[in-house]
Amino acid sequence: MHDEFVMGNEAIALGALAAGVNLVCGYPGTPSTEVLETVAKRRGENVYVEWSVNEKVAMEIAGGAAYAGARALVTMKQMGLNVASDPLMCLEYIGVKGGLVVLVADDPGPISSQTEQDTRSFASFSKVPVLDPSSAAEAYAMVQEAFEISEKYQTPVFLRPTTRVSHGYASISVKDPEEYTVHPVEGFVKDSSRWVIFPRLSFGNHRKIEERNEQLQDVFSDNPLNRIEPEEALLSGLRRGVATGGFNYTYVMEARKKLGAIRTLKVSTPFPFPEKLAVRFLEGLDEVLCVEELDPVIERELIYLCGKYGLQTKILGKMTGHIPRSGENSRDSVTAALAGFMNLPVPAETPEAPPPLPVRPPVLCAGCPHRASFYAVKQAMKGRKTVFCGDIGCYTLGNAMPLDMVDTCLCMGAGLGIAQSLNHLEKDRSCFAFVGDSTFFASALPGVVNAVYNQAEFTLIVLDNSTTAMTGHQPHPGTGRTMMGEVVEKVSIENVLKGIGVTAVETVDPLNHKLAVETVRKTADLPGVKAIIFRSPCVALFRASSRVTIDPEKCIGCKKCIREIGCPALSFRGGKAVADIAQCNGCTLCAQLCPAGAITGGESHE
Amino acid sequence: MNKNIILCGVGGQGTVLASRLISSAAMARHIPVLSAETIGMAQRGGSVFSHLRMGEDLCSPMIARGEADLILGFEPGEAVRLLPFLKPEGQVVVSSRAVMPVTAALSDTGYRAEDMLAYLSSRVEHLTVVDAEKALQEVGSPKVLNLILLGAAVRSGALGLEAEDLKDAVRRLIPEKFHELNFRALDYHA
Repeated sequence: MHDEFVMGNEAIALGALAAGVNLVCGYPGTPSTEVLETVAKRRGENVYVEWSVNEKVAMEIAGGAAYAGARALVTMKQMGLNVASDPLMCLEYIGVKGGLVVLVADDPGPISSQTEQDTRSFASFSKVPVLDPSSAAEAYAMVQEAFEISEKYQTPVFLRPTTRVSHGYASISVKDPEEYTVHPVEGFVKDSSRWVIFPRLSFGNHRKIEERNEQLQDVFSDNPLNRIEPEEALLSGLRRGVATGGFNYTYVMEARKKLGAIRTLKVSTPFPFPEKLAVRFLEGLDEVLCVEELDPVIERELIYLCGKYGLQTKILGKMTGHIPRSGENSRDSVTAALAGFMNLPVPAETPEAPPPLPVRPPVLCAGCPHRASFYAVKQAMKGRKTVFCGDIGCYTLGNAMPLDMVDTCLCMGAGLGIAQSLNHLEKDRSCFAFVGDSTFFASALPGVVNAVYNQAEFTLIVLDNSTTAMTGHQPHPGTGRTMMGEVVEKVSIENVLKGIGVTAVETVDPLNHKLAVETVRKTADLPGVKAIIFRSPCVALFRASSRVTIDPEKCIGCKKCIREIGCPALSFRGGKAVADIAQCNGCTLCAQLCPAGAITGGESHE
Repeated sequence: MNKNIILCGVGGQGTVLASRLISSAAMARHIPVLSAETIGMAQRGGSVFSHLRMGEDLCSPMIARGEADLILGFEPGEAVRLLPFLKPEGQVVVSSRAVMPVTAALSDTGYRAEDMLAYLSSRVEHLTVVDAEKALQEVGSPKVLNLILLGAAVRSGALGLEAEDLKDAVRRLIPEKFHELNFRALDYHA
């Protein structure tokens, strides 16, 4: 063993390696991404690792490994679980042989997600057991325990950290590689009565799953991951307790330091719920406050148990307005809620309001090629009746003023469906779907096939920056390298589109503004489905060697560069445009639209 | 020694690396550390913060209001935003340079660094303002604001660490070709 200062996600990766994981796959998504990246960095040569094309494929790959008796870890964010839900729901019915841990990182807030869905709720829906860590150290231990549970009960098991666990750092004690469990893989054994899902098999297995989960309620009641702290102390007067789990446990423990001891139930397995333990906790308490984020999972379970066992305990939480229904909790909000619950003085808010502070919505980086792509389409389609359907990735930020080029954004790949739909209904509307290169492979292909076959008419814009940028630059089928370190043939976006039957497929450098605008004008009015691939690498990967300079003598102060493209490197001082050299990446888009020729330097894209 | 430190700024300014350097330096002194970082969409020019706690008996990496010994502000408005976290006797080390949001460049929002610094100096007894423009010019790189601020924090005493601790952390975490520049930034003072 040795001590290491690790991020929660790194702890999960190291725990999986310590458990002898044989195969790890997933699709990037904040806050889950670093788990797989750490596995790739720290794995032994016998561990197979890949970024799969999307979460559904990843789940199937992990499932196949578990069929063969291997230990498999599949990683994703909560949105990805929706994509992977088809194979997962069925896998639960089929069961596994080797341990299968499904790492799903939830995002209260939400900080970097479309929804505030709760994987604990998904666990009870899919009947898959879930472990909910409160810290990096716990996540390290839990992922190892999850493999044990998965193998013993032949079910996939969720490990569900939230953002603050995934992206929190702590020093924890971890195993040395020599201490790692070695998990030999038996190999797939043919047995169609086990591996081929049919209604009769599902009927039989459904009953077994329900029985097993009832059994797990007892098993988890005795597991020290779930516990009552302190066992004895009951306050005089109204007897109160607090029930919590996951990262909120740390908020409660910190609040207890200030407010004094209160009987606490820590729920680390929200499904199957540790029923016997929870009943023992409830008995003798008059009121319980449930402290949790996202869904009121613990709260509903406790209300259910009060009904089932005829207990008079009053259960408070999200459904009674004692804890906010949405968003993240904090040290302060939990301390205040707990103080109010314990009839102690609630700490006062800051007495005075600070001066007005700038709102800082995230923006495309200076020099980001997506800015040039959006601007080219905007210029080419000026005055036309259009819709610009966006998607998930850095390029969602094309919505910001002054670009204002994202009219819709739903989920990965959805822009294609929405664009073709709107054209069916409004023939005079020129419809565009914007999709990134990683998202193209992950979620756009069925949408293109659908459009070509069903005679839709829209322009597909592929924003190809040769990486998965928003999540920190993961490879994908278009990049030509794998997580195993191999350099491989790239899957060509052009060839894929032509193969599907898209007749007009243009590729252009968006940073050549004039050519980009001409290409859009020429292509958008062609009939049917047409595609423009804007290809230019992410500026965070390929730093430019030169930056622009703005000649204050020549600058006429017209603000066109600032008004048109919203580059964070440009500002206006003393009546002149100024470029911040710390931010500028020399893309020259501003130079190309300056009417006074005041901006020079940067890299040529002629 | 228990210390609660908040680093705050705008995505892309290097707060995460600064936080890692402090953690690494504290760990080398066998001081337990918990921290929490902003990773994700806000890294693209949004408001970002790191919470960093050193010492014994910590449960949560998050800091409560009125609990921070030090706010290391990479941007004056962001330091003001997180000021409620500062202890009454806590220290603030802040860069003088405002990062204008794109919205401010489009239409004047009235956001001024001077107003923020005036607000800070009227409320914070132990305030160190680092003249960022001058410092970056003199150190000779636009990219080392984080190390310049760390150096000022060391000299304020609020970090509880020495410059040499942070230099060792630089040696551990940063490629060698940048060591000399980073040391120069750490040692810089006006």
